[in-house]
Amino acid sequence: MKKAVEICGLILYVHLDPMHSMSDHIAVVIAAYNEEDSIRAVVAEVRSALEGLGRESEIIVVNDGSTDGTASAVRGSDCTLLSIAYNVGKGAASQLGFRYAMKRGCDTVIQLDADGQHPAGEICRLLEPLRQASADVVIGSRFMGNGGSHSTFGRRIGIRYFNILQGILIRQKITDSTSGFRAMNRRGLALCVEQYPDQYPEPEAIVLFRRHDMRITEVPVTMNKRRAGHSSIDAFDSLLYMFNVTLAMLMTVLRTHH
Amino acid sequence: MDHIVPLRIQIVSIIGSVFFLMFIGRLILKGKLREEYAIVWVVCTILLLVLSFWRSALEVLAAYLGVYYAPSLIFMSALFAIIVFLVHLSVVATKLQHQNTVLAQELALLRNELHAAKGGH
Repeated sequence: MKKAVEICGLILYVHLDPMHSMSDHIAVVIAAYNEEDSIRAVVAEVRSALEGLGRESEIIVVNDGSTDGTASAVRGSDCTLLSIAYNVGKGAASQLGFRYAMKRGCDTVIQLDADGQHPAGEICRLLEPLRQASADVVIGSRFMGNGGSHSTFGRRIGIRYFNILQGILIRQKITDSTSGFRAMNRRGLALCVEQYPDQYPEPEAIVLFRRHDMRITEVPVTMNKRRAGHSSIDAFDSLLYMFNVTLAMLMTVLRTHH
Repeated sequence: MDHIVPLRIQIVSIIGSVFFLMFIGRLILKGKLREEYAIVWVVCTILLLVLSFWRSALEVLAAYLGVYYAPSLIFMSALFAIIVFLVHLSVVATKLQHQNTVLAQELALLRNELHAAKGGH
């Protein structure tokens, strides 16, 4: 039975594989929670980056129950706005974007943060490993190469901790586990539509990808300073965050253990 | 004199248990409590009732389990029952939250479709 499911999955995968697919549709998913100051500029920046690609593309902004003017800031921009009635968390909001992209028949999905810290201009670099079909998931890393790592000491420790944990759990070196600047192919997208962590999704999703035998690659990117707002993880919550994410990552490993 | 005080508390606890059972029954009748959750309370109340009628039961049980001070058996089992029930409630809350999230996603998709059907074509 399990084998049969796997074979079906494989057939489905081959069928939907970008190499075999006629469509060349790319979607950018931006989950936004109270980002009225930056979202419009981010959408514009992504739009101009996409124009350079010469592929059919769309931007999907998921408004995760923002209490500020995020929704109205986006109106009039060249993007699809999905508004969730109340805040459900970054992961669940991104997943909605993935579901929409899937429904639209996209075969490549980019995700980036709404606060403007991810350079839309480097989307093409994220897409390169997908184009060469050498990876299913590509992570934009600020610590690879000489990317500007203007981080605080505590944050660097946390990131280092996740790198070590990631190395143990998935036996692959990931330099920037918490990066939300990613690209994935149809196969990665299908998995995210199926199951995606809802609260602090980034490190956990890496484990999930790896456990489903997806090839993960990192490419160096230079992140911008945050355009507006403040990090969703402040110093006070970071220990709790690390505990929760560690637990979630371990559980993902156990859950997907065959 | 020796008999009066224990008898009084016995009557009080029997009446209390019966009232509690009626209260639970009423909540179920009015649809304010799902049977699924009510069963725990009904079982607990019946247990209390049994203990109210058969007072030496506690001592018998405590002696059997080797508990020196019988009332501590009550505390222990009550605490245990409460913790188990709290975990159960957390499980229920988790399930509800998940369903809630799916519902919110679905609603946002439908809203978008409706918007597209109405305005843009």
